[in-house]
Amino acid sequence: MFKRSEQDKRPQVQIFVDGLAVAARQGDTVSAALLASGQDARRSTAVSGAPRLPYCMMGVCFDCLVTIDGVGNRQGCLVPVAEGMQIEIQKGKREIGR
Amino acid sequence: MPKDYDVAVVGGGLLGSAIAWGLGRLGQSVAVLDEGDITKRASRANFALVWVQSKGLGMPAYTVWTVRASEAWGRLASELKQQTGLDVALQQNGGFHLTLGDDEFGQRTELVKRMHNQVGAADYKMEMLSASEVKKSLPLIGPEVSGGSYCPLDGHVNSLRTFRAFHTGFKAFGLDYFPERPVSAISKSGGEFRLATPKGELRAAKVVLAAGNANQTLAPMVGLTAPMLTAPMSPTRGQIVVTERTMPFLPHPLTTIRQTDEGTVMIGDSKEDELDDRVWKPSISGVMADRAQRMFPHLARLNVVRSWSGIRVMPQDGFPVYDQSETHPGAFVACCHSGVTLASNHAFEVARMVAQGALEPELVGAFSASRFGGAGAANNSGY
Repeated sequence: MFKRSEQDKRPQVQIFVDGLAVAARQGDTVSAALLASGQDARRSTAVSGAPRLPYCMMGVCFDCLVTIDGVGNRQGCLVPVAEGMQIEIQKGKREIGR
Repeated sequence: MPKDYDVAVVGGGLLGSAIAWGLGRLGQSVAVLDEGDITKRASRANFALVWVQSKGLGMPAYTVWTVRASEAWGRLASELKQQTGLDVALQQNGGFHLTLGDDEFGQRTELVKRMHNQVGAADYKMEMLSASEVKKSLPLIGPEVSGGSYCPLDGHVNSLRTFRAFHTGFKAFGLDYFPERPVSAISKSGGEFRLATPKGELRAAKVVLAAGNANQTLAPMVGLTAPMLTAPMSPTRGQIVVTERTMPFLPHPLTTIRQTDEGTVMIGDSKEDELDDRVWKPSISGVMADRAQRMFPHLARLNVVRSWSGIRVMPQDGFPVYDQSETHPGAFVACCHSGVTLASNHAFEVARMVAQGALEPELVGAFSASRFGGAGAANNSGY
């Protein structure tokens, strides 16, 4: 859906999305990296299970909720990627204790 | 408001709505007079328990009335679902009150003993369980939990959806709902009641006062009394903390923690001697959250998304008041703390008695305000 600009020369950062290696760029937010990854990054909502993608990209809409390094319901658009980061697309409600 | 009604219900909260719905169900023509959105909506701040255990110490009739309500709730939920399509998510698989440490366990054991020793109370099967017995039903309890009491009749419900179902339902029955109509005066002439509101007068053959704390000022207009506890004499304010939604982890409701059908965790319920529901004290919510996470350590990782304070409606001795006027026949008053638990009784029994024109002493005689005899009594409701 999204394509990276050819002028984007930032160094690569490797993250993992549901166990698969994804090449992000330094300075990406988790949400930006997911949208640019070409993978299906749709989460499902807590009550109805409707599919959602990151939307506002500025911390307001909470549609980018994602599990990062084992912590659920994090706003992917507010968290910069880091080398080796483990991302899980969250399906439904956050699990208790995660 | 040109039309005359069989009944005017004063108060559109949970109690007034339940009675109004019940009257509509019996084919009565009813007007519900409510205040506006900026009033203290006491019944909207509730914790949504359908609760039996610990209710009625000092008044066995209240235990009987509560058990009856618990048993009728299933029928209420299914009638509301059938009529409105709204599922109020009633769950009645038993509830717990957990204790932290030995002192709390001892105090709770003592309370259960006193409850069981009461003559004339209904059998509600409340029992004390050790921590290891509790763990069989609630596997995620923490090491500080010393045990707790359990009652198989306890449960909970989605109370806001119940509220919506009553309002949707009574409109479907053809009732008229009038917001922004605080009642300033009630008089009786020519065999009907005249209720003065800022938007005109309304006439009805009967009147039911279900206005929470405002019943205190309304009741004397029709020869009734409704002595309420208000701050600073009583713990009227309570705070609630709500977390983000999480996967179901709590299969039973507790007195102070419940997980809603949609996954949020509600943590209650403080008791403060204050009446201002616009104030919220983080120090109090902090204690509540701390106790909750000692009971269920996993809760510590959840984010809190909301917190609020609300005002309890509390008759002076903690027990409900249902009464009918001798000087103004056709005038009734109803107020109670447990508007969720007792909603089924209000919808079925109280509405039926109002429609018939007389309260039945064998059912609600113990709840007449005549019991106060002027002086206030200790609060023993066990809410």
